[in-house]
Amino acid sequence: MNLWFWLLLACLLAYGWKIVGYFVPARFLENPRMSRIAGTMTIGLLASLTVVNAAASGQSLAADARLGALAAAAVALALRAPFLLVVIVGAGTAALLRMAGWN
Amino acid sequence: MKLTASPAVRVGISISIATGLYGVSFGALSVTSGLDFWQTMALSLLLFSGGSQFAFIGVVGGGGSGIAAMSAATLLGMRNGIYGMQLNALLRPEGWRKYVGAQLTIDESTATSTGQSDPGEQRRGFWAAGIGIYVLWNFFTAVGALAGSGLGDPRQWGLDGAAVAAFLALLWPRLKGREPVAIAVACAVATVIAVPLVPAGVPILVAALVAAVIGWFSHGRSDEGLEPDVEPYAGHHGQGSREAGS
Repeated sequence: MNLWFWLLLACLLAYGWKIVGYFVPARFLENPRMSRIAGTMTIGLLASLTVVNAAASGQSLAADARLGALAAAAVALALRAPFLLVVIVGAGTAALLRMAGWN
Repeated sequence: MKLTASPAVRVGISISIATGLYGVSFGALSVTSGLDFWQTMALSLLLFSGGSQFAFIGVVGGGGSGIAAMSAATLLGMRNGIYGMQLNALLRPEGWRKYVGAQLTIDESTATSTGQSDPGEQRRGFWAAGIGIYVLWNFFTAVGALAGSGLGDPRQWGLDGAAVAAFLALLWPRLKGREPVAIAVACAVATVIAVPLVPAGVPILVAALVAAVIGWFSHGRSDEGLEPDVEPYAGHHGQGSREAGS
């Protein structure tokens, strides 16, 4: 139930960002610092989420099949594979590495 | 004018199909991260912003708290506010259109709209991509969530590897040039350092802070990192989505 609370709050705040954009005066657009922070934060958060999902196991770092999935996904992206294929390549690599005994 | 004759509507439909389809991976990952079917659907119906949704389930799946998941999702949603400003200046929606349009304001609908130069086409592109993605994204989220809950042990199917791949794929199109790569590396390093020191979920917020500080002091392009996950005009005229609105 507790998760529902944070989930719905996240939904509310997400809409908050979106609607605020439609109501702030256009002159805020002329402040490039705002959009630069929105951009750098997007890059930083996604990089961090990639690392956490690839190498964190609770509060410790782990090298397991997920690192193989990361490498395979990078190759797929370099070869310009579409999003869904990249995700399938990541899953397949992790599953195969586990079958081969690397956890 | 017939809607199907509008180039913006055609781009909007194709981007809807491409983006909607990967709702399958979101739905499947969400239920294997520990959310139930309706929590998964609530994220797609109400939050409706791919990056933030993946962030929320990524933090929960990694053992992070609800408040950390909410914070990561909310920080990632800030860019939608920037898109809202651009679209408001571009489309000038009135009345209820403003409130409905706001919910449809995401990377892809913004890029589809700002990639057009005619005002009518900009409007049609926004609504075609926004409504199309909303419908298909939610449909395929439900498909993925139903399929994912029948999978058993998610690790056996490599679904944790799928999450890693999904985040890298969301990051990848934003890494154009030296500065975004440097930001990504700095935040990755900050995350690795923070993981053993702070509770699960919090390293992501540490990285967000590092990125915000870099953004505050840097003098790079002002729209860096604001890229759609699926590029609407990739096969049409390259960087078209960059020109307008900034």
